[in-house]
Amino acid sequence: MTVRVQREDFDPGAEIAALGVGGTEIGAVASFVGLVRGGTDGVAAMTLEHYPGMTERQIAAMVDEACRRWPLDGATVIHRFGRLTPGDRIVFVGVASRHRAAAFAACEFLIDWLKTRAPFWKLEEGAGTSRWVEAKDEDDARAKRWQKED
Amino acid sequence: MKVLYFAWLRSRIGVGEEDLCLPAGIATVGELINWLKTRSPGHAAAFSDAGLVRAAVNQDYAGLDHPLRPGDEVAFFPPVTGG
Repeated sequence: MTVRVQREDFDPGAEIAALGVGGTEIGAVASFVGLVRGGTDGVAAMTLEHYPGMTERQIAAMVDEACRRWPLDGATVIHRFGRLTPGDRIVFVGVASRHRAAAFAACEFLIDWLKTRAPFWKLEEGAGTSRWVEAKDEDDARAKRWQKED
Repeated sequence: MKVLYFAWLRSRIGVGEEDLCLPAGIATVGELINWLKTRSPGHAAAFSDAGLVRAAVNQDYAGLDHPLRPGDEVAFFPPVTGG
């Protein structure tokens, strides 16, 4: 299991390839890459702030939870911080498992929990101004789908 | 006690970190917030809407009733927006 919080970019292809070499019983690697969205409703740039220490701790706890819920043979989470511009990669989630159902589910679970539990905050730069992005109810709703009934 | 602020709480308070000696009688996160509010107009502005403030004690999420002990690291921040 790999968790990295870093300023520099990452290579999704290399990360996916690394997940596949964990053992010959791996049958599926699922991955998600989040990008800074530009376009008409997009931003000129954003700066991601985080809480060093707590960030790594919370992401590691999410990965542990994913391993309890699904039979995973590997998991990698990379999240960047600092100033990013449209098209830049922000986050990578990759999981390896014997079968695709567990890989897809664990990957979606991890990105849903990352968005609502990992202590990152986005400061968006627009036309001469900047503003802190507000949390979205939609993200909370997506994360709540993974709540257990027990 | 080390108290950290992130995102717009840090902007409003003006610093990202304070090393504070708490007065007697502050035993929970909620009591700490009530005391912090009195420290400056910036603190008061940062904590004016309690529903928008999240707390962590020793890098785990904590509610208002969470007890505080000497040496704890307490952090306050808005709902997170990463990913």
